[in-house]
Amino acid sequence: MDEIQKIVEGVLKGEKRSIARAITLIENNHPDAAKIISQLYPFTGKAYVIGVTGPAGSGKSTLIQKMVQELRRMGKTVGIVAVDPTSPFTGGAFLGDRIRMQALSLDEGVFIRSMASRESVGGLAKATKDAVRILDASGKDYVIVETIGAGQLEIDVVKVAHTIVVVLAPGLGDEIQAIKAGLMEIGDIFVINKADRENADKAVIDLLSAFELNAEKKWKPPVVKTVALTGEGVNELLNEIERHRKFLESGVFEDKRRKLVEAELTEAISRKVAETLVLKLKSEGEFQKLVEQIMERKKDPYTIAEELVKRKIEGKEA
Amino acid sequence: MSEERKIKVLIAKPGLDSHDRGAKVVARALRDAGMEVIYTGLRQTPEQIVETALQEDVDVIGLSILSGAHMTLFPRIMELLKEKGMTDVLVFAGGIIPDEDVPKLKEIGIKEIFGPGTPTDVIIKFVRENAPKRR
Repeated sequence: MDEIQKIVEGVLKGEKRSIARAITLIENNHPDAAKIISQLYPFTGKAYVIGVTGPAGSGKSTLIQKMVQELRRMGKTVGIVAVDPTSPFTGGAFLGDRIRMQALSLDEGVFIRSMASRESVGGLAKATKDAVRILDASGKDYVIVETIGAGQLEIDVVKVAHTIVVVLAPGLGDEIQAIKAGLMEIGDIFVINKADRENADKAVIDLLSAFELNAEKKWKPPVVKTVALTGEGVNELLNEIERHRKFLESGVFEDKRRKLVEAELTEAISRKVAETLVLKLKSEGEFQKLVEQIMERKKDPYTIAEELVKRKIEGKEA
Repeated sequence: MSEERKIKVLIAKPGLDSHDRGAKVVARALRDAGMEVIYTGLRQTPEQIVETALQEDVDVIGLSILSGAHMTLFPRIMELLKEKGMTDVLVFAGGIIPDEDVPKLKEIGIKEIFGPGTPTDVIIKFVRENAPKRR
């Protein structure tokens, strides 16, 4: 049996070493990575995926630890993928989410993986979605994805998670911030964490009043107050997640999934086609000639791309 | 697409000691050298450290200890790594470790010990040169 086969079978049995290896191969863009995913794909789709996002320091990791402890009490198994930023200057990363979750480190029913965002800018890493699939295929009931500290437009988590929890803290801004586009639009559930601090109720009211402005939406995001350090409010949060899950399953789920699959297929095709074409041009020595034309400002990249599509894909002469 | 590998390092604080400035300095230096560094936080058991290394699939483990319990905790960590078949992971250590203990620690597989005052460049170079070349 070759190594990839061994890893795939290990993942399906829930073996941690295989899960860990599989995620590494995906992260490193190993030539066999696609094989692993294609073999695991039929076994995915069983786990419920929760995305946890929000600004740096709002308490996402600590809250996740408490959520998972509660889920474990209910007998559920959980995989966690926690993403932290890669330095755009050195390429290095300090992955610190796990520090807040070490109470879970010896729990047999929990698998935690830290992940550097590498070249991605949407709040996740390129490998995050496949890491979720691996944990899903390994039999976890829930997979929780923690994004990097998200500002306003780090919202790739919508492409991965079923329910999105946006974690905020008191004092981050008024109702004007809550009307802004991006992060504030993607939350299915909002959490005001550190609710033992001053102005927690004001933060809740600001959010609720902003949500009233789009009253026609079928799902009105609830706002839950939590204190992650003590676990206060965590049960209520899990109840809201369950309520959102039921809401999705009552009809919109397939719709949502179809949209995600469409987006993913489009992305996969564009990546693969671009890659193949560039490699071909390079091996034929044409790529450098095209670069020269742009360097000398004889042509622009968009025109060249247009011509390439005509010539190489549609089979017409330019 | 081309394969991209990054050296992944776990910096761990075994046992009951809360002095982690050194661990943080090393973690930061390795980060700035382009590596992906995971820090366990304080007061970790050997079991927690090895389990973390396994789930994170790290290439390198750096152990920091100032409590004097290294002759108990380090052998246990090395034993657990062996049990889990993780013998290809590079292990180094730092902190307050008497010279006479160094040969014994190297014998059980700890590749290098870095005492106080070691320039971070030395550690970076060591990790780069000794990290296993796995796929």
